[in-house]
Formats: sequence, structure tokens, C-alpha cells
Amino acid sequence: MSRMKRLSSVLVAFTMVSAVAVGAVGSVSSSASPKTATAAPGSQWTKSHPFKVGFIYVGAPSDAGWTHAQDVGRLAVQSYFGGRVQTMFKEDVPEGPQCTQVITQLVNAGANIIFATSYGYQPELVAAAKKYPNVLFEQATGTTVSKTLSEYYGAGEDGDFLSGMAAGAASKTGKIGFVVPYAIPECIREVDAFTMGAQLMNPKATVKIVWTNTWFAPATERTAAEALVSAGVDVLGDGQDSPTTGQVAEAHGLKWTGYDSNQESFAPKAWLTATTYNWGPYYIMEVKAAMDGTWKSHFWYGSLADHFVVMAPFGPSVTQATRKAILAKEAAIIKGTFDPFTGPITEQNGTVGVKAGVTLSVMQKYSLSWFVKGVIGNPKG
Amino acid sequence: MNSNIVIAVLVSAIGFGTPLVLAGLGELLAERSGVLNLGVEGMMLMGAVTAFFVSQKTHGPTALVLLLAVLASMVAGSAMALIHAVLSITIRVNQIVSGLAVTIFAGIIGLSSYLGQVWNIGGVAGHHQFNGIDLFGLQNLPIVGPIIFSEDAFVYASWVLVLAVLYYLYRTRPGLYLRAVGENPAAADAMGINVTAYRYVHTLIGGALAGLGGAYFTLALAPIWTDGLTAGFGWIAIALVIFAFWRPDLLVLGAYLFGIFSALGPTLETRGITVLPSEFYSALPFLMTVIALAAASTSWANRRVGTPASLGIPYTREEG
Repeated sequence: MSRMKRLSSVLVAFTMVSAVAVGAVGSVSSSASPKTATAAPGSQWTKSHPFKVGFIYVGAPSDAGWTHAQDVGRLAVQSYFGGRVQTMFKEDVPEGPQCTQVITQLVNAGANIIFATSYGYQPELVAAAKKYPNVLFEQATGTTVSKTLSEYYGAGEDGDFLSGMAAGAASKTGKIGFVVPYAIPECIREVDAFTMGAQLMNPKATVKIVWTNTWFAPATERTAAEALVSAGVDVLGDGQDSPTTGQVAEAHGLKWTGYDSNQESFAPKAWLTATTYNWGPYYIMEVKAAMDGTWKSHFWYGSLADHFVVMAPFGPSVTQATRKAILAKEAAIIKGTFDPFTGPITEQNGTVGVKAGVTLSVMQKYSLSWFVKGVIGNPKG
Repeated sequence: MNSNIVIAVLVSAIGFGTPLVLAGLGELLAERSGVLNLGVEGMMLMGAVTAFFVSQKTHGPTALVLLLAVLASMVAGSAMALIHAVLSITIRVNQIVSGLAVTIFAGIIGLSSYLGQVWNIGGVAGHHQFNGIDLFGLQNLPIVGPIIFSEDAFVYASWVLVLAVLYYLYRTRPGLYLRAVGENPAAADAMGINVTAYRYVHTLIGGALAGLGGAYFTLALAPIWTDGLTAGFGWIAIALVIFAFWRPDLLVLGAYLFGIFSALGPTLETRGITVLPSEFYSALPFLMTVIALAAASTSWANRRVGTPASLGIPYTREEG
């Protein structure tokens, strides 16, 4: 029956693209207030209309995690510049070729600078920077810098180390679970830092991981967290964009460290703390430079010291002693006297990962592909 | 905790499978009447957002709030199904096009996301949720306790629904009429069965159940609203109906099978069994969908399985 066949082929196609949708443009319009300044290199801004700033989100601002924090940053830009700037955003943009389409739409909408806020946009962004030399591009968490393409992120791993300390102190059994999105360096160093933090408080602590292969999918995140719970962990951590792992921890009476945003309200009893990102000041700095014509491409790496990385408030179950220990380490990181990735660090398989006295550079951290001793799981995914 | 790997996988599979059972049953009823509705994903999202809105903004005892939220999700799902019904039954447009239109209209960048913004319910923790019930006090029985006797009310309702639909389809007169409408609407019409009414009612019930499936996300699975959180479950539900040869009993098995596949990877991983890369397990439910659909479209399957003969064809009464 050809009808059945036709139906099936339609369904097959839609199953495969089901998670794929291009975000609508959210736009905050404002009146123009021209100012005299020289245009940024590569920028077409004529100052007769608002400076247009585009954002590309991998999820929705309502994810209570990564994209939520990004959107808080966008709103900070809007309120700082008022009518001189118009921000636009595209949400739910899948990583991959569809990003090109979204970039084109933003460029056509007159974007002067575009912030793409996920690692997987990198190939498309590199291509777009070549194709549209008059538009400035910035990408979060990537590594490729060119004349009109900047990279920016920050030492989330320092926060993850502190989160790990909270987890290690909270665990009675020393068995901790961690729900991880993708087998990429960003997530691997997160797990490594978290594990080393946990081991600082409890040298015997182990961190069992599950890969979800998604930034955001509550059903999948829940399945992963439940698998860890069934394997006997008593504290959960995650690097996902939604707080689902915390909801699972709360339901099982376990403790939890979140990620990206303050997610305490999702699991008030389970909550320990989280690494959160404060994107607003960076975006304001970059937009300002672009408007003034002083924008230069760079590889920017924020930190706890410049408040790009901020620890979320402690949950009620974190003891005074633990708080003190964590705050002391945080102070040491800020002062520059401590870096979680200073050797000796032993790899999962027992070999030496980092020699005593050596500290990994940011670029070395960016290419980290191995787990430290104590992580249970395969770093290849 | 259930350290036993089989129990762990099954418990997780039921949670994962429940929205599929609900939405799948709805689609099954619609398709049995001859109406293919590809709007399931959109109807689920509408159910999810509406249920969460009601559960956040209604004040009262949790049980009452949840009941209202569930009812609201069914109304929202039906409302979307009504669009499809009017388009495909009354106006007789192509059912595939109409169903896709519903999903696009209500879906991840459509009405559901818009409502989430207008209602301002995105990214906040749910006030109320369905929790596991210690059914008959048998929660602590070995093996079956954690799997069968400690689920939430949603899961029990889905089991009752499966039995009810089975009984309805095969043991009642309206059920017989429904099957007749799906197989041969002209003959059913000649018998005096109101084909249009049957198609409308079952398409709307289908929408209500899809809405319920969506509500399971925001009221039980992960109580939060954010755009597109059903993440493709609507499409899997449609495939499941074909996979289950339009039979409710096989549908529930299929839904849990999908759940097992999705829970298998992470559970094996936590037990240190990593023979295959995790990406493989992540893709498995979708791979299964593609295989099931490909298999169901073979001529052998078409001869053997119960595809409602009028599925996808708008009914026009032939005037003498």
C-alpha cells in the first residue's frame, strides 16, 4: 500500500528532525538615539539607528539553567544601554547546520554583533565570520579566534571544584553521581574539577558519571539521574541545562549540586550550591567596545576574581565547617594561590596526568580529554 | 534504592513510557476512526504548558490543584485536536498537512511557548506534583514493590485507561462501530452510524489524552515548564501506534520497551558496562522508531496488521 509507505516516510523524516526547530526572533525594540563615535572595525553601524545585538540560544530562557543565565545577560545589556541598543535573540537553535540559517536571519535583521552561546555552533560561526566580514561574532565556550570572531567563557571548573567540595562533604558513602551532557573537554574538565573538589573533603570519594548526549531534555536527564540513584550514589551533581537532576535528588532524599543558575527553589532540601555564570558585565563590555570602535577579537576567560563565575548561595544542609573550607579555597583561587589543575594529578588509569608543581594552562584545560582518578565512567562517551 | 539492574531499568522505563502510553492511546483511538493526527507533539506541549499554568496559579489542596491541572491539560489538548478535526473531517484537507500544521502552530516555537511567556511560568519550580503512592501498602515487596506498587497516580490511571480502551474497542457496541468507521466508513454510514460524529469524538479524545501525556511531564516527570520539553515524545507516540499494530495491549508493551531502551544505556553505564558508546543508547529509541516504521510499511506488514483501511482518507458520503 503506497499510502502507508508515504505516511511512514513522512513519519521517519519527522522523527529524525523532531528535536529540531529554529527559534523565533524575540526582539526588544527601542527608539534610536544617534551618538557620534567611530564604527568598530568590521562593523557597519552608522549610528543613525540603534546598535543591534543578536543572541543565539541553544535552549529557551525558561530552562532555569544555562540559557536563563544568558538571557539575564542580554537583559543587562538592554537595560544598560537603553534605547541606544536593540537586542534580539533566537531560542531553541540546534547545534549544527541550522545555526547558519539563524545567523543569516540575524544578519539580515541588521545585527552588528552576534553572541552565539553554545560550543556546538563553532563550525558555523567560523564560516559566518568569513562570509559576513562587517558583522562581529562572539562565541561562548569555543576556541577559534579570528579577526572578527571572539571566544569567551570563564573558569567554571574553579566553581565546579568548590561544588565538588560541597558534594564530597555531604556524601556519607563517598559515592557521588554526576549527570554529564557531552563527552567534550568543557564537560570533562567540569567532572574532573568536581571530583578533585570532592576528594579534598573525602579522599575516598568517587564520582560515577552518565552521559546524556543532550544539553537539555528533562526526560533523558531524569533517566540518567535515576540510573545513578539506583547504582547507590547519595549525592548528585550535574552539568545539564535543566534542574531535573535536582528534582530526582529531592524525591530520593539525596543532596545535589546544580549548575548555571541558582536552582535552589527546584530542590530546596537537596540543594548544596552551584557554579553560576554572570554574563551581563561581559556582554556590556563587548557591546560598548563594538559601539566605540575599540572592539578587538580575543580569547576571554572570566573567573571567580572578576565575578564572571559566581558560587550560588549554600543550601541549609551545608555545615559551617564545610562553608568555611569552601570559602577559604575560593579566596585562594581568587588570590591566585590555588588552581584545581595544579599537579600532581593522577589520571583515571593511574598514570600521571599533571606533574607535581605544574599547572595546566587555559588552552590545556580546553583540550582536556581524560578523567582524573576517582571518576567512574568512560571519558570517550 | 533498587540496585538490581533489571528493577532499576524497569522502574525508569515506566516513568519514561507513561506519557507515550497516554498520548499513544489517544492517537490509537483517533486512527481507529480513520483520522491520522500528526499534531500529537503540539497537543502534548499545549497540555504540558496548560497543566503547569493551572498547577502554579491555582491555590488549594494539592489533590484538587492537580486534578484541575489534569483536566485543563485535557481541554487544551482537545482544543488543538478540534482544529485538526475541523480541518480534516469537515473541510477534508489532507490529514498529514493538517496534523503537521497543529504541531507547528502549537509546538516548540508556537502557541505553547508563547503561552509559557505570557503566563510567565517558565523556569520556575513547580508548586505541586504527583508523587509515588504506596499502593495497598505493598511498596516494600521484593521486585514488584518498586515496579508496580509505588508508582504515581498518573501511571495507575494510564493502566486503567489501557484496560478501558481494550474493553471499549473489543467488547462494546460503540467500540465495534468505531472499528467499522475506521475500516469502511461508507458501510458504517449505511448502517446508520454517524461517521462524522465518531471521528470528531475520537479525535478530541485523542487530543485530551495527548494533553494528559504532556501534563505528565510538567506534573510528574520533571515539574518545570520550558519550551519544547516533550522533546519528540509526540512523534514516538505516533510511531508506537503503528508499531503496536493499532492494538492497545501491544501499545503499552511498546511504550515500556522504548522506556527500557532509553534507561538501558545509563543504567549499564552506572554499572561499569560500556560496551557501546552512550550516543548509541541515546539514539536507540529513535532508531527503533525508524525501524518500526520501515517494517510497518512493508507489504507483508500491511497484509498482516490491522491498519484501519480508511486511515488518512477524509470521508465523503456518495450521494445517490
